[in-house]
Amino acid sequence: MNTPTPPANFEAPWHGQAFALAVALNEAGVFGWSEWTEAFSESLDALRKDQPLNGADDYYTAWIATLERILCDRDVVAAQSLAEMKANWTDAFNTTPHGKPVHPKMVHEG
Amino acid sequence: MPHDGHDHSHSLLPSDPELRVRALESILVNKGLVDPAALNVLIDTYENKIGPKNGARVVAKSWTDPEFRARLQDDASAAIADLGYVGRQGEHMVAVENTPEQHNMVVCTLCSCYPWPVLGIPPAWYKSDAYRARAVREPRAVLSEFGVSLLPDQKIRVWDSTAEIRYLVIPMRPEGSEGMPEDELAALVTRDSMIGTGLVSV
Repeated sequence: MNTPTPPANFEAPWHGQAFALAVALNEAGVFGWSEWTEAFSESLDALRKDQPLNGADDYYTAWIATLERILCDRDVVAAQSLAEMKANWTDAFNTTPHGKPVHPKMVHEG
Repeated sequence: MPHDGHDHSHSLLPSDPELRVRALESILVNKGLVDPAALNVLIDTYENKIGPKNGARVVAKSWTDPEFRARLQDDASAAIADLGYVGRQGEHMVAVENTPEQHNMVVCTLCSCYPWPVLGIPPAWYKSDAYRARAVREPRAVLSEFGVSLLPDQKIRVWDSTAEIRYLVIPMRPEGSEGMPEDELAALVTRDSMIGTGLVSV
């Protein structure tokens, strides 16, 4: 019996967004790929202290934690700005009527 | 408790990691470090254009073209690049052929190294701790859970990917596929068979 090859895709849109950010930043020379895999494997280790990883959401959660850490460590972005921007996105979702485009207030670093 | 006085008509709040991705993207785009259009192209490429179909073509060609097969064994990166499958995570490829004596299986115990240009984005199970730990420790048990039973004398070799080297398993050509053209053969080749957790059948 032959099962058709399943399409390669991301299980959730944010998985793809997180993935693309790392690839784009690497292509832009912000970090090298071996640096990335090293930092990423540290994030996975930190996450699996609580429970074994299922390889889906938790994998991309570690991916995002790695992005945040690398970018903050190198002063590419400030941790404070990320926290504020996340709060702005949260506010925007909570105040935008369902079905309307969500536009958060931008955080500008000084 | 009912959410009294709360407006229920607002948009559904995304999950915590999703909000963090949005925050990262907003800040990085605002700083001019990433281009939203380029991000969309990357997502579309890995979502729709790069995937196991590429690897399946490599396998089918290796089955039908002895010269290509020799080149693939000699320098897989170059042979695969000749078919147009180039790009990240495919720079140092090694093709490992299954034989009646040896079955090959690929894992990445470090993180999730995977040959993107030929297989696309790895499935969740490949990235799970369960697979990563057990593929090395008890490969035969893992294979049987995938429904794979090997020949009695077939040995299993597990290849651990690294940031530098990625492996592509070349499964055995199935009986009953004699005379099939390359594109029909390629349609038989599954993603799992190229990781080593599946076999190809007609």
